Amino acid sequence: MGMTIAEKIIARASGVSSVKAGDIHTVSLDRIMTNDGTTHLTIDMFYNQLKNPTIADPSKVVFIIDHNIPADNPKTAASHKKMRDFARNYHIDFWEGKGVCHQLMMEHYVTPGEFIFGADSHTCTYGALGAFGTGVGCTDLLYALVTGTSWVLVPETIRFHLKGNLPKGVYPRDLMLTIIGEIGANGANYQVMEFTGEGASNFSINDRMVLCNLAVEAGAKTAIFEPDEKTIAYLNTHGNRIPKAMLKSDPDAHYVREYTFDLSTIQPVVARPDFVDDVIPVKEVGEVFIDEAFVGSCNNGRIDELRVSANLLKGKKIPEHMRFIIAPASNQVYLQALEEGLIDIFMESGAMVVNSNCSVCWGGCQGVIGENEVLISTGTRNFKGRAGDPSSKIYLASAETVTASALAGKIITADDYKHTL
Amino acid sequence: MNEKPSTIWVLGDDIDTDIIIPTQYLALPTIEAMKPYAFSPLREDLASNVQEGDVLVAGKNFGCGSSREQAPEIIKALGIKAVIAKSFARIFFRNAINNGLLLIEHSDLHDVVKEGDSLTIERNQSISYNGMDYPITPLPNNLLEIIEEGGLVNAMRKRNGRKPLT
Repeated sequence: MGMTIAEKIIARASGVSSVKAGDIHTVSLDRIMTNDGTTHLTIDMFYNQLKNPTIADPSKVVFIIDHNIPADNPKTAASHKKMRDFARNYHIDFWEGKGVCHQLMMEHYVTPGEFIFGADSHTCTYGALGAFGTGVGCTDLLYALVTGTSWVLVPETIRFHLKGNLPKGVYPRDLMLTIIGEIGANGANYQVMEFTGEGASNFSINDRMVLCNLAVEAGAKTAIFEPDEKTIAYLNTHGNRIPKAMLKSDPDAHYVREYTFDLSTIQPVVARPDFVDDVIPVKEVGEVFIDEAFVGSCNNGRIDELRVSANLLKGKKIPEHMRFIIAPASNQVYLQALEEGLIDIFMESGAMVVNSNCSVCWGGCQGVIGENEVLISTGTRNFKGRAGDPSSKIYLASAETVTASALAGKIITADDYKHTL
Repeated sequence: MNEKPSTIWVLGDDIDTDIIIPTQYLALPTIEAMKPYAFSPLREDLASNVQEGDVLVAGKNFGCGSSREQAPEIIKALGIKAVIAKSFARIFFRNAINNGLLLIEHSDLHDVVKEGDSLTIERNQSISYNGMDYPITPLPNNLLEIIEEGGLVNAMRKRNGRKPLT
C-alpha cells in the first residue's frame, strides 16, 4: 500500500523503506528547536541528571528566545542567560529578540521532507513547507539533544480536501477556525491533518502556515501540505535553501478519514471563550464590547495580516478606551512593514507596535488583561485566563475582524464596520 | 494485591495546560512554588485541599494546549496518583509518562463518578468504583516501567545501574 507524506518522512528519518500507522520507529531528527518557554528546564536536566552530558549534533539545534523578550524581571533574565551561555558553550545557533520561534524556523531553517522536534506545541507550523514538525516537552527534547533520536508512533492521517477559493474578506484563519469548530478540539488527536486539492495548492506559504500552525488546537500531531513550486520559491527567497526531500502522498495512500471543505462557503468567524472549537460566524456573536485587540503571533502576525490590518486602519483612529497591540512575527516582517509604510499607519491610528515576540498570545509579559476584560486576538488560544485574569475573556478571529472590532470597540466584521462609516 | 482507595476530583472536558499551570506562574523558580496555583483559573480550592493519593477524573482531551512540561510535573507534585480521562492530548501524554505520572484512558468512568467518592486502581487491570469493576486497557510494559520508576530520566538511570533522582 502507498504512503502519505507524513509516513514517507518518518520512513526516511527512520532509515526504513516503508512505515504504516500504528508502528513505532526510532527517528533521527533533522532539526531540534527549543525556546525560552522551557529550555532552562532542559539545561538544568542536562547538567544535573546526566552522567555524560553531550549534544549529539549541535549543528541541528536552534535556541530561540521569543516568549519573554526583552526580559521583564530578574528570573526571566537568569533563564535567558542560562540559554545564552549554553548556546555559546555548545556552538548552538542562538536567536534573541528576532522573532517568534516558528517564524524564524520557517524563514531560516525548515526544508521539505525534514523531521523536526520543537519544544513548543505550534511546531506543527513546519508542514507548510512539507516538513514534519511536532511539539514535545523538555524531557523528550533532552533525549533528542543527547542522542539525536527519538521514538515516534506513526500517526494516522486525515485528509482535508479544499475546493475552490475563499471569498473576499475571508481568510485562512477563518477557514482553520471553521475546521476546528467542525472536528473539535481533539478531532485530530494524535493524527496528521493533510491539506490537499486546488484550494490547498492555491494557498501561499503564509496561508499554509496559518492552517498548519493551528492544527494542534484540534489535537493533531502535525499538519502538512505537499511541497510544490511555491515551496521552492519560498526557499529560494529565504536563503536559497535546498529541500531534504520533495515528497508527495501516493494515490493509494491510506487516510483514516476524509473531509471536503468548499472554501467559497466559509465566512468570517470567531472562536468564543474559553475553547478554540467554540466557533460561530462573527455575525451571530451578538453585542460584545472589547477592551483590547491584538494582531500578531506565530499564527497570524506576518506581512499578509499586517497589510490587511493597515488597509482597514488607514486614516482612522482607535477609540480612546481601546488598546490595540501589534507584534510583527519577526524582524523581517517588521522591516517589510516599515518599508511599506504600514508601521506609520498603525502608529497614526493610535495602535501600539511592539517588538517581534509571542506577546499577548503567550500572556506572559505584554498586553496582559485585567478582571472581566475582553480581548479579541489573532493569537493561537483563548483558554480561560490565557491572557491574564481568570475572569477575562478571549475571542479569536482574523486580522481583519480584529482590526474592525478594535475600531468599533465591539466585535464586528470588516464589512459591517465599513457600512457604519 | 489490595490497593489503597483514592479520593476523586471531577473535572470537565478540554482541561488545558494554561488551567493546569497558568503562564504567569511559570516564572516561579520551582514546581513547589508553582503548586498552590495549579488549576487556579478553574478550581481555586483544588491545590490547597488535594491529598496525597487522590485522583483526577476528567472528560475528553485532558492536557490540551501548550507543551509546557510543568503541567504533568505539578500534578505529580500535588501527590495526585493518576489522571483518569476519556482522552488525553498527545504532547501531554508523552510528557506525563516522561515525568512518571500515571494516565488512564477510560470512556465511561467520568459519566458515573461523583466528586469526593473514592475509587481503587488495580495496577494496569481495572478501576473499582461503587462496587463495580471497570476494566482498563493495559499500558505496554515499557511505558509502565518508565512511569513506575518516576519518569524517563530515572528509568534510564536505573537501566544504567545508577541511583534514582528524587
